Amino acid sequence: MSTTESRQDIRGPHCVPVTVEINGRGRVVDVEPRVSLLDALREHLGLTGTKKGCDQGTCGACTVWVDGRRVLACLTLAAAAAGHEVTTIEGLADGDELHPMQRAFLENDAFQCGYCTPGQIMSAVKLIEEGNATTDEDISEFMSGNICRCAAYPNIRAAVRQVRDAAGGAA
Amino acid sequence: MTSVGTPVTRVDGPAKVTGAALYSAEITPPGTVHLAIVGSTVAAGRVTAIDAAAARAAEGVLAVLTHDDVPAVASPPHLLPSLLGAAAPGESFFPMQDTVVHYAGQPVVLVVAHTYEQAHHAASLVRVDYEAAPAITTIDQGRERAYDAERLFAGLMPGREERGDVEAGLARADLRVDMSYRMAANHHNALEAPSTVAVWNGGELTLYESTMGVRATQQTVAQLLGLPVSHVRVITHFVGGGFGSKAMVWPHTTLTAMAARIVGRPVKLMLTRPQMFTSTGHREEQEQSIALGATRDGRLTAIRHDKLSITSLFDDWAEPATGVSSQLYACDAYLGVHRLIKGNTMTPTFTRGPGETLGMFTLETAMDELARRVDLDPLELRLRNVATTDPRGNPWSSGGLEECLRLGAERFGWSGRNPAPRAQPDGDWLIGTGMAVAAYPMAFFMPPQRARARIFADGSATVATSTQEFGTGVLTMATQVGADALGVALSDIEFQAGDTDLPNSTAAVGSAGAGMVASAVHEAGTALRRQLVDLAIGDPGSPLHGVDPASVTVTAGRLTSSDRAGATDTYGELLGRNHLSDAEATGTWRPPPLDTPHGLLTFGAQFAEVAVDPQLGLVRVRRLGGAFAPGRVLNPLLARSQLMGGMLWGMSQALLEGNHTDPRTGRWAETNLAEYLVPVNADAPEVTVDFVEVHDDVVGPLGAKGVGEIGQVGVAAAIANAIFHATGRRVRSLPITPETVMEPTPAAAPT
Ligand code: FES
Ligand code: FES
Repeated sequence: MSTTESRQDIRGPHCVPVTVEINGRGRVVDVEPRVSLLDALREHLGLTGTKKGCDQGTCGACTVWVDGRRVLACLTLAAAAAGHEVTTIEGLADGDELHPMQRAFLENDAFQCGYCTPGQIMSAVKLIEEGNATTDEDISEFMSGNICRCAAYPNIRAAVRQVRDAAGGAA
Repeated sequence: MTSVGTPVTRVDGPAKVTGAALYSAEITPPGTVHLAIVGSTVAAGRVTAIDAAAARAAEGVLAVLTHDDVPAVASPPHLLPSLLGAAAPGESFFPMQDTVVHYAGQPVVLVVAHTYEQAHHAASLVRVDYEAAPAITTIDQGRERAYDAERLFAGLMPGREERGDVEAGLARADLRVDMSYRMAANHHNALEAPSTVAVWNGGELTLYESTMGVRATQQTVAQLLGLPVSHVRVITHFVGGGFGSKAMVWPHTTLTAMAARIVGRPVKLMLTRPQMFTSTGHREEQEQSIALGATRDGRLTAIRHDKLSITSLFDDWAEPATGVSSQLYACDAYLGVHRLIKGNTMTPTFTRGPGETLGMFTLETAMDELARRVDLDPLELRLRNVATTDPRGNPWSSGGLEECLRLGAERFGWSGRNPAPRAQPDGDWLIGTGMAVAAYPMAFFMPPQRARARIFADGSATVATSTQEFGTGVLTMATQVGADALGVALSDIEFQAGDTDLPNSTAAVGSAGAGMVASAVHEAGTALRRQLVDLAIGDPGSPLHGVDPASVTVTAGRLTSSDRAGATDTYGELLGRNHLSDAEATGTWRPPPLDTPHGLLTFGAQFAEVAVDPQLGLVRVRRLGGAFAPGRVLNPLLARSQLMGGMLWGMSQALLEGNHTDPRTGRWAETNLAEYLVPVNADAPEVTVDFVEVHDDVVGPLGAKGVGEIGQVGVAAAIANAIFHATGRRVRSLPITPETVMEPTPAAAPT
């Protein structure tokens, strides 16, 4: 055991400032180049709504939008998001007014433990915009990158349908 | 107007859909540093050398700790299920006390660094040398060493259940059905990894912990560290799923506290997904066999049920597989035997529907086979054998099985089913339907449960107990129960939980969580209401002064009496007049005694339709239908979700989930979510859930029997029976994978 902060023979990269626009606000975060967007959000920016389920790109819990497209934050380096617009679950509601998809998840009980939920919602909103929510088969297929271990799947489909139909059937 | 029984949306829903809900790893006290654990790469042997020089030199590293640095535990851990309310280590072993390695992944080195990346990078630089010893991690490797387990669950249950003369019963039978299965190990894979944040303040420790039992964590860590229980506080706001993996207290939690004490900073640990396969137990690899003896008209004369499974070197743990098969059907001769093999694995642990889901898979696929042999509809065979009392002759605390079977069958469209296998082709697919009984025992091992209710002069109220929310909806249901008991509007009451500083409640396992919390909250709310009603009656300033307490009702905080029309008081005014800023009461619920003269099972019935492509071995579940009699349904919206989730877990158990160790290395072969399959949205069919109402006044003041596991029981059997119906073949292993379903030549179809 030893304290090595002052040592000269350091190994590991230095921090670099990364400028990202997050939920409409410019933020600068000082992180090592190896830090993922997910860890930058959760550990450095206090935005813990985006979840870490696997850190391996297999579960979808970390889904955020970069320039309006859904991406896995655990497979994206924070530095690679520099100069881009990132939207997280915290940026979805309009003040106290929930986004229709958030309301639909609540009303359809589309979650239990809630850990997959931010990722599911970020995916679900895009699904409709992408035109991939026209049928139940499409919804299940295109939502299959987001694992829900509590298996709220039928209710997640119901929530997506509800928003799609309220929006007048985006397809 | 009562709130209990209405489909209120989750009170924690807004926090969960906005990302505001905080899970344990999301708590970052000032100065927090990060812990990474290095696990053993061998499954047996000893650590011979640790070269930590590179790790110590890596940027940001505060400490690299080995067995030489980790303090000795104050008293050795002893496995005890957390439901008992005492310390509950997941295994009777604590790592890093010496150099011996008992299982792959066992912690051998701890690395603490300023950031997560620094800790994990440095951990990758640690070099550990081992002297590996031969390891036993599979049943096949240890078969000759199998022994009869005397007691299971740390002595809580006998390893053997026996009544009547099974051999005679089988000999007397007109026919006999024998089934045997191999079942792969399962890993819980909650979506949130187990996480701990340990903060010391002098000699006092606060843990933010992802646990299904804050109280169990508090007591276990206190015992291991030699601290007074009062010096350990455990806080759990939200848990990202448990499924049994967070029901016991595993070594990483205490190791985090030890590391935090050594570095003098708050330490955060979040296990990695691969580490989740070696850190919180698993459902053990097992083999089950069953022999049914029956008369020609399908009445059971004997059941013999055997389970062989692998446990750790230090604990006799087996999921009990015979709790339902020993009492579901009327049958005079029964023998259930658990045999164990000691191997180089962690101690297995509770995994959703512990034991009985696989026990019922075995029983209910055998019953399906029996139905075929005696030429009875599978549903009729069940009805013919249903036990009207438990084996001791005690009445069920509440029943409902027959009603579940009939309702489920009706909703599914079971009647008129052609029993012949392979009779329903649909293009390349063969369609089949199957059913099974669901039943799950209720366990009342917990100590008395307490809750506190409090009301303030402005009319707002709280109820509190130390339980934790991990997706069961307990926060919502307890809020509803509290509102009704106290007589206030749902919007005026808040339920507080997830903190050992709140009144005692036990770890939420065995489907008991919501029921026991609701019972305690009901008692607390009722006690406070009585206290306030008495205050009003004794208060000369109250319009209700002197009325009969039995005549008083309270709704939305307003007291009225059937004896004095028009007279009303409110909690707020009452408190104000009496110069009270608030009032509070504690309520205690005592579970029924273990020898209560009642049978304690929750009942249901499961139905499944599958499509099988026999050439590709594909199985698609087209629909699932379940009918359940879980007693009082506190919130139908949430209960339905919980049951549906359980049913999809049953589907997953049938078709997807299985892990194996590599017999050469003793390591788990599948340690991520790409290889260990769990259902995704496209795997999940539509699910129908129906309720059968039964009244139960044995299980608690609200009569709620719990919905956590019953949804899962029987589903795998219903699916396997449907696969048989589709194909005419019985698969003898779980999960039922494509290669086991695939038929060698499509033309060689059995009739
Ligand atoms: S955390 Fe990114 S996919 Fe799982
Ligand atoms: S709600 Fe628990 S993982 Fe989806």
